[in-house]
Amino acid sequence: MVMDNEAAMKAPVSFYGEEGRFKGIFSWIFSTNHKRIGIMYLVAILTFFSIGVILGILMRINLISPGKFISERTYNSLFTIHGVIQIFLFIIPGIPASLGNFFLPILIGSRDVAFPRINLMSWWFYMIGGAIVILSIFTGGGAPDTGWTFYAPYSIRTTANVSLALVGVIFLGFSSIFTGLNFITTIHRLRAPGMTFFRMPLFCWSLYATAWTQVLATPVLAITLLLIILERAFAIGFFEPTLGGDPILYEHMFWIYSHPAVYIMILPAMGIVTEIFPVFAKRTIFGYKAIAFSSLSIAFFGYLVWGHHMFTSGMSDTARVIFSLITFMVAVPTGVKVFNWIATLYKGSIQLDSPLIYSLTFIFLFSIAGLSGLIIGTLSLNLYLHGTYFIVGHFHYTMFGGAGFGFFAGLHYWYPKMTGRMYNEKTAKIAWLTIFIGFNILYFTMFILGLEGMPRRYFQYQPQFRTNHIISTVGSWILAAGLILMFGNFIRSLFRGEKAPMNPWGGKTLEWTIPSPPPAENFEKIPVIEHGPYKYE
Amino acid sequence: MTEKESQVQAIGPKAYIVVWLCLLALTATTVTVARLHLTAYAVIASIFIATAKAALVVTFFMHLRREPWILKIMLFLALLALTLIVLLTFSDVWIRYK
Ligand code: HEM
Ligand SMILES: [Cu+2]
Repeated sequence: MVMDNEAAMKAPVSFYGEEGRFKGIFSWIFSTNHKRIGIMYLVAILTFFSIGVILGILMRINLISPGKFISERTYNSLFTIHGVIQIFLFIIPGIPASLGNFFLPILIGSRDVAFPRINLMSWWFYMIGGAIVILSIFTGGGAPDTGWTFYAPYSIRTTANVSLALVGVIFLGFSSIFTGLNFITTIHRLRAPGMTFFRMPLFCWSLYATAWTQVLATPVLAITLLLIILERAFAIGFFEPTLGGDPILYEHMFWIYSHPAVYIMILPAMGIVTEIFPVFAKRTIFGYKAIAFSSLSIAFFGYLVWGHHMFTSGMSDTARVIFSLITFMVAVPTGVKVFNWIATLYKGSIQLDSPLIYSLTFIFLFSIAGLSGLIIGTLSLNLYLHGTYFIVGHFHYTMFGGAGFGFFAGLHYWYPKMTGRMYNEKTAKIAWLTIFIGFNILYFTMFILGLEGMPRRYFQYQPQFRTNHIISTVGSWILAAGLILMFGNFIRSLFRGEKAPMNPWGGKTLEWTIPSPPPAENFEKIPVIEHGPYKYE
Repeated sequence: MTEKESQVQAIGPKAYIVVWLCLLALTATTVTVARLHLTAYAVIASIFIATAKAALVVTFFMHLRREPWILKIMLFLALLALTLIVLLTFSDVWIRYK
């Protein structure tokens, strides 16, 4: 502690106090400092997340008693906007753009990302895209009602305001591409002396694999959505069957992006928990290279399995069998990671603080997600379960239970470094318990509903599903209470929290060698790296 | 990384001109192929030619030749992924419309 205080006194001003060209709000929205951009992204992303959660809860309220609060048409728009926000505005940019922006340069011993201005532009594109999506709810022919997947031919025929929403999503796509480009270049060019690829913290490896996916897959999304816009405007006939188009081609192109996109969501979360386990078990990571390469191979094989979303769409039988087979192969590198995490904890001296609790929850929920994924990846079972609540359960476990909880783990882990304050650990644990209970009540019920045959995207249902729907809705309230507690804790601690020391958890990576919050340029002197990132023995 | 980079000599103007001529020749090939009425095979031929051109541009004009091996591998993997994606999509369309 004494050491820390001395270091803090000598340390230069933090990036919050940095004197730039602009003052006030402009010192943020025109800043090219990766930490400010990371914070701006974080605030924006969590705001959109909250909006998405509110829409989700509205849907759940409708499902207690269909028609009492919300009309059919509104329900369709609700799940569409909920899906678009949670996917494109929350979970895809989520970890890379916020925590990744803030910590990637620090973790590899650099002063900033390779292209700071492109980084700022990426944030602007994100905000513009978000604004356009929100605008599309209130203008034109009414909020989009296609589902977040914008399937043709309905997305071409509906009178709702689809084109504008698509423009917004294309902006969001470019913002994601910029982040990816920036991270690839940063990792190749700006590593500190001695920081070889195999001495990088594993979070950087996961961001690296993610970045490649962002750069390669996102353009496919942009062009696909552009084709829908053109089709709506000029009736060209790419996807519209009455004009000779092929709607299945749309599904191919959409999922060529959107399946790899689930790895954009999950890989960074895996990276975060990989940072957390060694620190809270005080052990070197088990199987460094296996984890690093499994990130790359997940990203690679992730490109080749998109067809599992189309088993019932009328794809050829040959393609269906091939896609089902490759889907099973992606489970292997994921299993490799899980075993390595567990092996890292084995015989460690465990310190059960909230970052570790969230990471363990990540493994638990993501395992349920992955195993249910194998169920629906099986061609024969998929035919039965496709389009039911089983799918809704599965992807909420993956994206929220997996990527979302990984994000929360990272927020707790790096909160002291980002803000210079500690949050209240006890409140954090209570919030975790509430979230965990609410989450499982809300979504596990959906697996059961799905097995019983409840179709997804339905406003109304048969009476036998009523009990489970009510249970699920009650779960959503518990979950919401937990989220409020968690964010309340973060916000309160900004003002009331204890001052955070330089290294509250005993971490060994570079961010813990600089003050909390870090100075504008991160390092006074760029460190020289002599060994791997998790040196505990 | 740096030691090796400086050993490789710079790409001279002569190489650039040769590459440029190759690109022109390949463009001419694309046009010729398009006129042969090969139906679906024309698509495959065009993709191959375009890939060859892109490879030339990336290797020489964009200096991939002098980059560290890891970048070469990553670009190769990216290209492989895109190839497989195109193959899978095309094969499905092909089988369905046959
Ligand atoms: C408290 C939080 C949440 C609640 C209560 C909730 C609830 C729901 C409900 C009721 C549906 C519609 C089911 C249907 O009728 O088919 C849905 C769909 C969806 N949710 Fe959530 N959700 C929440 C959080 C999330 C998060 C965090 C994500 C992503 C990270 C997410 C992604 C999606 C997606 C992609 C859809 C599909 C939309 C579509 O069918 O087009 N949700 N959610
Ligand atoms: Cu998928």
